[in-house]
Amino acid sequence: MNSKLWLMLLSLALVFVLAACGGEDEPADGDGGGDDEETADDTEEADGDDSEESEDEAAGEAAADQTLIFARGGDSVSLDYASVTDGESSRVTKQIYETLIEFDEDSFEIGPGLAEDWDVSDDGLTFTFQLREGVTFHDGTDFNAEAVKINFERWADPDHEYNFADEGYAYSVYGQQFGGFKGDDGHVIDEINVLGDHEVEFVLSEQLGSFIQNMGMSYFAMTSPAAFEEYGSEINENPVGTGPFQFVSWSRDDSIVLEKYEDYWQEGLPKLDQVIFQVIPDNAARLTALRSGEIDIMDGLNPDDVEMIESEPELTVFERATNNIGYLGFNMDKEPFDDPLVRRAFNHAIDKEALITSLYAGLAEPAKNLIPPGYMGYNDSIEEYAYDPDEAQALLDEAGHADGLEFDLWTMPVARPYMPDPERAAEVIQANFAEIGVTANIVSMEWATYLERTEQGEQDVFMLGWSGVNGDPDYFFSNLLHGSAIPGGNRTFYRSDEVDDLFDSAKVSVEEEERIALYEEAQEVIHEDAPLVPLVHTTPVLAGSDRVQGYVPHPSTSETLLEVELTE
Amino acid sequence: MIAYTIRRLLMLIPVLIGMSLITFSIIHLIPGNPAQTILGEQATPQAIASLEEQLGINEPYFVQYGNYMAGLVQGDLGTSLRTRSEISTEIRPYLAATIELTIFAMIFAVVVGVNAGIISAWKQNSWFDYLSMLIALVGVSMPIFWLGLMEQWIFAQELGWLPAFGRGNPRDPVETTTHFYLIDTLLNGRPDQWWASFKHLILPGIALGTIPMAIIARMTRSSMLEVLRNDYIRTIQAKGSRTFAVIYRHGFKNAVIPVLTVVGLQTGTLLGGAILTETIFSWPGIGRYVYEAIGNRDYPVIQSGILVIATMFVLINLIVDLLYSYIDPRIKY
Repeated sequence: MNSKLWLMLLSLALVFVLAACGGEDEPADGDGGGDDEETADDTEEADGDDSEESEDEAAGEAAADQTLIFARGGDSVSLDYASVTDGESSRVTKQIYETLIEFDEDSFEIGPGLAEDWDVSDDGLTFTFQLREGVTFHDGTDFNAEAVKINFERWADPDHEYNFADEGYAYSVYGQQFGGFKGDDGHVIDEINVLGDHEVEFVLSEQLGSFIQNMGMSYFAMTSPAAFEEYGSEINENPVGTGPFQFVSWSRDDSIVLEKYEDYWQEGLPKLDQVIFQVIPDNAARLTALRSGEIDIMDGLNPDDVEMIESEPELTVFERATNNIGYLGFNMDKEPFDDPLVRRAFNHAIDKEALITSLYAGLAEPAKNLIPPGYMGYNDSIEEYAYDPDEAQALLDEAGHADGLEFDLWTMPVARPYMPDPERAAEVIQANFAEIGVTANIVSMEWATYLERTEQGEQDVFMLGWSGVNGDPDYFFSNLLHGSAIPGGNRTFYRSDEVDDLFDSAKVSVEEEERIALYEEAQEVIHEDAPLVPLVHTTPVLAGSDRVQGYVPHPSTSETLLEVELTE
Repeated sequence: MIAYTIRRLLMLIPVLIGMSLITFSIIHLIPGNPAQTILGEQATPQAIASLEEQLGINEPYFVQYGNYMAGLVQGDLGTSLRTRSEISTEIRPYLAATIELTIFAMIFAVVVGVNAGIISAWKQNSWFDYLSMLIALVGVSMPIFWLGLMEQWIFAQELGWLPAFGRGNPRDPVETTTHFYLIDTLLNGRPDQWWASFKHLILPGIALGTIPMAIIARMTRSSMLEVLRNDYIRTIQAKGSRTFAVIYRHGFKNAVIPVLTVVGLQTGTLLGGAILTETIFSWPGIGRYVYEAIGNRDYPVIQSGILVIATMFVLINLIVDLLYSYIDPRIKY
């Protein structure tokens, strides 16, 4: 009996194993060169890895299957790009939609997009765009000046027929970038005039230094007016743009499928036939899927895994240009953080280099300003508060805290590109403070609560960060340190009339030299006031298969896959 | 029997009203503003205020509950704050995904668990008994995420036999009508897709089914041991039919009731408790749906999602109770 039973179990196991192995070939065999190319790819994807590797030397040739699978941690919120602010949404809409101005592939340098050319009037109030001719939306309708007008009016006017405010749509970024909405005092876009089929004019009520830069933001891309007519408020699930890829399907929390738009205006592009944005929430599982060849690119690589990825020949690491700040903010409305001596002391107390070595695997640089280096107006002459516990101690003594201090250090509960492991970062900072006799009690709470309560000013000292979206310094300064951003992004409760004036002047100036001078001056004042400790500017990393060619991550976190192709 | 069924179904109503009231109250106690969460950390206060108004989340608590219940009576589960879609439509693929995974996991758990339990009892104190009970012990105490990651590492990454994530081959998406992939692929006449979907079920199914499998094995074993001590089994044995089949036919039928209870309870637990498995294997199921909703303060989705899970749980218990009386006519109501 025993042996029979053993035999039975063994054969059962065998059947399972065979089923599992045999399965790989089945679809290809069964397919028989039939109707479906993708089915055969299943085979290639699953067991073709080894052979690919050996053929690698002969690589460089385009693969037969040009389907790219891009895996990320979370799903898009909406495909109506202007009504949401999350990067997972714009990452997808960047493929479907295009803007009047396009940024360079790896910087915020501007160049022509759907607008071939543009003029600014001498008073800086009128912008005239010459639109590209022969561009069609995915539904076959023409892209023209009328479409530009409808799109902008839709965001600006809550009563516009395509605004869909009643269905819960809100265009917060529009309000932020253009000073509010139609009828608001600060709203800068006065009128939009159609001058011809392919010529459109924006008339501003006051100058706006970042106007052209804004035009390149993925939030202000062009949707087909016919699609608004057809889909109404369901436009968020039925995107129709002029981009290189058109929308096919979306299964929530799973995948978004896009395919090549055959009538795309740029000859010979895009190179890929299909792009699939796949949600794989678990970091380890995403890496496993990449290493088993099931996906081609993964986002959100842990800095600690970079070394391992680099040691595997069939994998590549992609570095995204620095475009963020991770900082430690003080609540300046609370004692003792209303005292600049204390804030400066804390600036001297933190060892940023140690933080970068232990937390970012070297993929970050220490920060001394709020904006990342390379930004217009970055003040490189600012002398950093060097790591110097003795100096910190002396400043604390001077401020009357020789016996030490105790406070709550609020720590983010979630990882962000600028803070991949907030808890450990808090521990490192806590240890730094302990050296100067300061006790920091680490406090953490749920993310939404964290954001809300820091906005209300309940914290003593807190950790947070910010990422740029349009390459304009105003996006950092006005949101984080302007007095009008209280309550809101200004969680340090920093109030300086001098700095506010500098920000305001810089915001409305269209003279680059002037803006640079204003921002440099503002940074000097901010450095002196030290409302926060600028910690790091990080380099976010992605990993991909070495088959992926032409992929250039953009600092804004959303890049077009126009030039990407897969090799054998 | 029919009267009993109807009575049980009617009892569902107060249970579900109670459930809805509890979930509604609890999630409104969670701090954090949904509008802020939806608009993100870079949102302006004006935008937050206007979204709050549009979403109706600044209405008083009872007004919100009243609105919700009024919709519920008409079969309206509400609208997701985040995606602005009807929940009753949106929830279907998630629910189907979870049911498909749960059924697969339970089939695995029952087939392996019951057989291991019976054989162990029949061969008490043999090496098989010791081994399977050891596996059962390990199975009960193994964290799902660890098992899941190990499975992925071994079977997906190292051996490349089975896919590590998702419900089907992403390069060849399944056209869905019922959202049950095993059914849809057959309806579409795509056996290759069916096979791909089946393979995607194996790893998460085993990860999810391991704990119930272990529990069922142990329950079956002890229940069988009791039955095997009975006179009628001894009679059968005395008659000379010491065969395995007899044990299955006569013995297991009498040992099945406690096993069935465990199966029912475990199925219910799996339905709602699959979040970890669904996260690790990127399985877009109801657990993930509710989990994401919690992160986004999507009140209507949390409420309705939990309500749907609770309803399933209660229905499964009802089915188990009804099965009792079918299997064992001595059980009367």
